[in-house]
Order: sequence, then structure tokens, then C-alpha cells
Amino acid sequence: METTIAQIQTIPLQYYILFCSALFSIGVIGVLAKRNALVIFMSVELMLNSANLLLTAFSAYRNDPAGQIFVFFIMVVAAAEVAIGLALLVVVYRSTHTIDINALNRLKW
Amino acid sequence: MELISILLLVFPLLGFLTIGLFQKQMNRNLSGVLASSFIFLNLVAAAFLFGFVTASNQTLEVPLFDWIKFADITIPFALTIDRLSALMLLIVNGVGLLIHLYSIGYMKEDEGVNRYFAYLNLFIFFMLTLILSSNYLMLFIGWEGVGLCSYLLIGFWFKDRANNDAAKKAFIMNRIGDLGFLIATFILFTTFKTLSISEIAAKASLMPSGDLTLMAITLCLFVGAVGKSAQIPLFTWLPDAMAGPTPVSALIHAATMVTAGIYLVARSSVMFVLSPVTMDVILVIGTVTALLGGLIAIYQNDIKKILAYSTVSQLGFMFMGLGLGSFSGAMFHLTTHAFFKALLFLAAGSVIHALSNEQDIRKMGRLRHKIPFTFALFLIGAIAISGIPPFAGFFSKEVILTAAFEHGLGMGLIATVISLLTTIYMFRLIFVVFFKPESKELQANHHVHESPKVMLYPMAVLAILSMIAGFVQPPKLFSETQGFDNYLSPVFAKSNSLVAASEHALTVQTEWMIFIFPLLIIALLIFLSYKRFVNNKELVSPTGIQSLFAHKLYVDEIYDFCILKPVTFISDIFRGLLDQTVINGFVNAVGSGTLFVGRKIRLLQTGNVGVYLVLMVFSIIAILFFNIIL
Repeated sequence: METTIAQIQTIPLQYYILFCSALFSIGVIGVLAKRNALVIFMSVELMLNSANLLLTAFSAYRNDPAGQIFVFFIMVVAAAEVAIGLALLVVVYRSTHTIDINALNRLKW
Repeated sequence: MELISILLLVFPLLGFLTIGLFQKQMNRNLSGVLASSFIFLNLVAAAFLFGFVTASNQTLEVPLFDWIKFADITIPFALTIDRLSALMLLIVNGVGLLIHLYSIGYMKEDEGVNRYFAYLNLFIFFMLTLILSSNYLMLFIGWEGVGLCSYLLIGFWFKDRANNDAAKKAFIMNRIGDLGFLIATFILFTTFKTLSISEIAAKASLMPSGDLTLMAITLCLFVGAVGKSAQIPLFTWLPDAMAGPTPVSALIHAATMVTAGIYLVARSSVMFVLSPVTMDVILVIGTVTALLGGLIAIYQNDIKKILAYSTVSQLGFMFMGLGLGSFSGAMFHLTTHAFFKALLFLAAGSVIHALSNEQDIRKMGRLRHKIPFTFALFLIGAIAISGIPPFAGFFSKEVILTAAFEHGLGMGLIATVISLLTTIYMFRLIFVVFFKPESKELQANHHVHESPKVMLYPMAVLAILSMIAGFVQPPKLFSETQGFDNYLSPVFAKSNSLVAASEHALTVQTEWMIFIFPLLIIALLIFLSYKRFVNNKELVSPTGIQSLFAHKLYVDEIYDFCILKPVTFISDIFRGLLDQTVINGFVNAVGSGTLFVGRKIRLLQTGNVGVYLVLMVFSIIAILFFNIIL
């Protein structure tokens, strides 16, 4: 444990922040720019994982394990959410024969 | 004894509840009998209490429960029975019982007879609450309650719009007076920190005469009395109240409810004697009302309206008595008036009943052979009210007349004139209705019939009372024992001790003058009236100043012009400007604005998931941005 933390701390914190921001931005752009629902879904996961990574980094730097425990919780919830999200996608595909989100334009007033 | 006084309230309430709740199921003949028997039980209880209070000469206090209790305010729900309330108990229950019985016959054909008796019992309940209350707040409950019953019974035949209007008029006019009563209650509480009538009387008697607070209180109380007892300027509701069934007019609008104002003043006599200004106000208003009421009555053509204005006039006469400080004289006149005015109304009801709801005296005539019993009873009532000895009215009027002459010659003469007006309108009524050649309408109507016994017997009892009630207190000329004064003397002892005895003690010669002089004029008036009306086929329509009285002095029209029109005008402005434009405009603007914005914002809801995502991301960025910045 001590070694892992020491290893993590060999890389300066701002690197983690920059990396995670980059990862998060990629996710955001993916969500905004892509039309494929599956890719959007993956982008969302990317954002989630960038947040996880940052939590771990901070946790290590502050010597506070709570951040890492949070990560476990997030991963559990994310797993559940993935299951539901994929199931929804399957249902959408069954009824529209596409996963292009522009086809899902009937969710309005 | 305490149980009996509680029963007094329980019986009529029970009657109201049973008849009122089961009015759909109850047999229509049963309700009258039931209601009457409850009042009969009440009368027995009242007689018992009367006997007890008279014999033991003590005031019965019956605390029931603490009604309002918080902070330093404690207002108990308690009953007080002294000689004054015992007297009122007898009048209300006695006259009430007779009128209940009469109503069984009078309302026989009416479809709402169950509702009628329920209201009548409710009225008795509230009237007894008013009489028995030991504090001003409880008195106010009864005060409002009788007003409610009056409203319900005036508008009893609610299918006719005019009746509803009359009912509303009575209710609203009374509200004006009630406001005065309420304000008086507030001042009483802030001044004396209690509302108990006896405690207030005890504390007030220590205050100096002419105290300003007392003056304010008594004036406000008198405003209440003016409303309830139909004095100028709030008297116009009483003649309109004749829209109700005739027994109601007899019970509520002649014998009992309208006398509540006199009862209130008599109850608070200590405070009144200590504010001479109020006493003068009462005297002036009573005198003017009595005079105008009598004059208007002379020129009316509706049999019930004549009696109504007569009631207004007699109530004014009682207020004169109060204003002159003769509290027991006013109560005496109240008592005898309850008998003969109830009798007159019931007899008028009998006439109306006989003629199938005809009330216009111009369409009557020569009824004395067709309905001889009613005629006899009506005549007794008329003699009693005109003050012809030895009937009751003479004795009670004599007391007030004497008080007026003791006050001053002018006052005495005015009082005499007022008393003589009674003779004029009553005998005009008698001669036109019972002696004048019958009208064309009447000749065509062959169904004129005497009333059933259930109506005649109660009237006969009232007639007997009207004849003999006066002997309780013969004039001072003939007897040293002043029965009525003695009876009430414990009640008014305190207030009488606070004023100096009248300096104008009358000489025996003057008293004989007061006694003989009016009688001669009464005889003359009856003779003139006979000459004028008996052989005259048509009543001449009034001219000049007479038409002023025939049109009731245009008081209704004046109120219409001075109060109703401006209020309606201002209301219209406020309705148009404030309500329709400003408030309505604002409310509508909120509605249509929401609709407009919604219609625009709705376009954001494209249904395209991509757009939602973009919006979501940017919104989150915006929220974060503002959170960090601000």
C-alpha cells in the first residue's frame, strides 16, 4: 500500500488533473458530437472513469482512503447503470432498427 | 332550581333539533303539537322560577361551564335569573306558547309547517339565551340568534323575492345596530376587565355621573338597541318584516324580539343612569320615533303595516320611559304591550286568514257580523292599546305619562299626543275593517269564515291578559301599592339610588288631569273616527302632508338616495376600475403570460436526444461556472 501511494506520488498531481480533464473533455465531445448511441454511452463511461481516476489520485495525495472507497461505489453503480443502459439500447434497436440518436426524435410535447 | 333553569334552554333546543332534523319524515300535524308541548314545559319551568325568585327575592346564578378561558380572560357560560329575567321568561314563554298554539291552526295548510315550528323553537331558545345570560357576550349570542331566526322567519316563504328582500333588509339593518353592541362590548371589556353584567353594574356604580367612557358604552349599547327595537333611524326594517307569517309578526316583531333593546337598556340601567347624555338621546329618539311611527300608522292601508308602525311607535314610547328614568314603567309597558300587540297581530292574522290572505283594509268592511269572535278580540286589543281603562294599556301608559309630566309639562303633552295617536289609528282600523260598507272585492268573496278554535282560544287568553294585566299596578291616585314597581324594585334599586328623586312631584290635581283629560279626547277621537269612516264607502287618498306620512316619510327613498345610491355608485367604480381592470387584468396577465412563455419554451423540447444532451452539458457547465464564480 505504501509503495503504491509512493508510486502514484512520483507523478505530480497536476498531470493527473490535466490527464483527467483531457479524458473528460474527450468524453464530453464524444457525447456531443457522436450520433451513435453506443458510442455516446461509451463516452459517458469515459467521463465517469476520468472522475474515478481523479478521485484515486487525490485520495493518494491526501492519504485518505475514503476517495478510493468512493471509486468502488461508483464502479458498482456504473456497472448497474451499464446494464440498464445497454438494455434500453437493445429495446430501442428492436423498435427502430437503428441506434442513431437522431432517429429518436419523438420524445417531445 | 339550577336544573330547571338549564331545562329552559334544553327544551326549545331539543324541539328545534327533533323537528328540524326530522322535518322530512315528521307528520305535519305532529310538529306543531310537539313544538307547543316543549314550550309548555318551558312555561311551567318559567313559572316555577318566577315563583322562586319572587318568593326568595334572591338572584339565581347558574354557572354551566367556562366558555372562553385564556390568558387573563375568563368568560363563563352562566345563567342569571333575577326578577327582571323571570318576568321576561314568563312573557316570552307565555306569549310564545299561545302563538305556537295559534300557529297550529294558522299554518295548517302550509307545506313548510315543520320547518316553521323548528325555527319558532329555535327562536325561543335564542330569546331565552338572551334573557338568561349573565354576561354581555352570551347576551350577544342570543341577540344575534334571535336576529337570525327573525331573518329565517321573515323570509319563510322564500319563493317570493320580496320576502327575501325584506328578510335581508331586516338582517342588514340589525347588523348596523349589532356593530354598536359589539363595540360597546369591547369598551366594556377594556374598561372593566370583565363582561359579567352584575360585576360591571357593581363597578360602574362607583364611577362618577357623566363619565365619558360610560357615555361611549351606553351610546354604543343604545345603537344596538335602536337596531333591534326598530327606532329611528333604523326602524324601516320592521314594517317590511311583516312579509313573514302573521304569528311570527306577533311573536318576534311585536311581543318579544323587538323588546330586546328595551331589555338591554333595563339590564344595563346602572350605566345608563350614570350618563345623562345618553338618557337624553334615548328620550329624544324614543319620542321622535313614537311620534312619527304613530303618524305614519294613521295613513297606512295594509293591516299589518298599521300594526307594525304601531309597534314602532309603542317601542318608542317604551324608550321614552327608559329615557325618563322610569325603567319599571318601560318594562310594565313592555309586558302589557306584549299581550295586546300579540293579540292584535293574531286577530289581524285571523282577519287575513278569513279573507284568504287579503291584507289591504280598503278591500275589507263590515266584517263584524261575519267573524264576530275575531271582531270582539280585535276590539279588546284596540281598547287596551288605546289606553282606555280598565284595560292593560291604560295602566302602563299612565306610568310613562306620569314620568313624562314629572319631567316637564312639554314632555308630558308630547307623550299624551303620542298616546292619543294610538287611538286614532287603531279606531280607524277597527271602523274601516269591521264597520265600513263592504267593498266590491269582498262582496264577491263568499268564503269569509271564522278561524278554528285552536286559533281563537289563544287569542282569548291574550284578550283576558290584555284586560286584567294592568291591575298589577293601578295608578297612584287609586292605590298605594305599586305592584309592578315593587316587583322590579330590587333590580333597579341600585340605578334608582344613583339619581336624585324627581323634584317635580305631581300634585293630585295634575294627576287627575293626566287621568281625565286624555280619556275625554279619546272619546272624542273615537266619535270623529266613527263619523268619518263608517259610512264612507271609499277611503280618501291622502293629500299634502298626509301623503308624506302615507309614503312613510319617504325614509326608504331617502336611505336609497343617500346611502344605497352612493354605495352602489362607488361599488360600480371599484368593480369596473379596480376589480375588472386592475385585479382582473393582473390575474389574467399572469395566466396569459405563463401561456405565452410556455408556448415559446416548448420549442426547446425538440424531441431530439442529441439536442437534449447538448443542452444538458451546457447547462451543467453553466451551473458549475456560476457556482465557481459566485
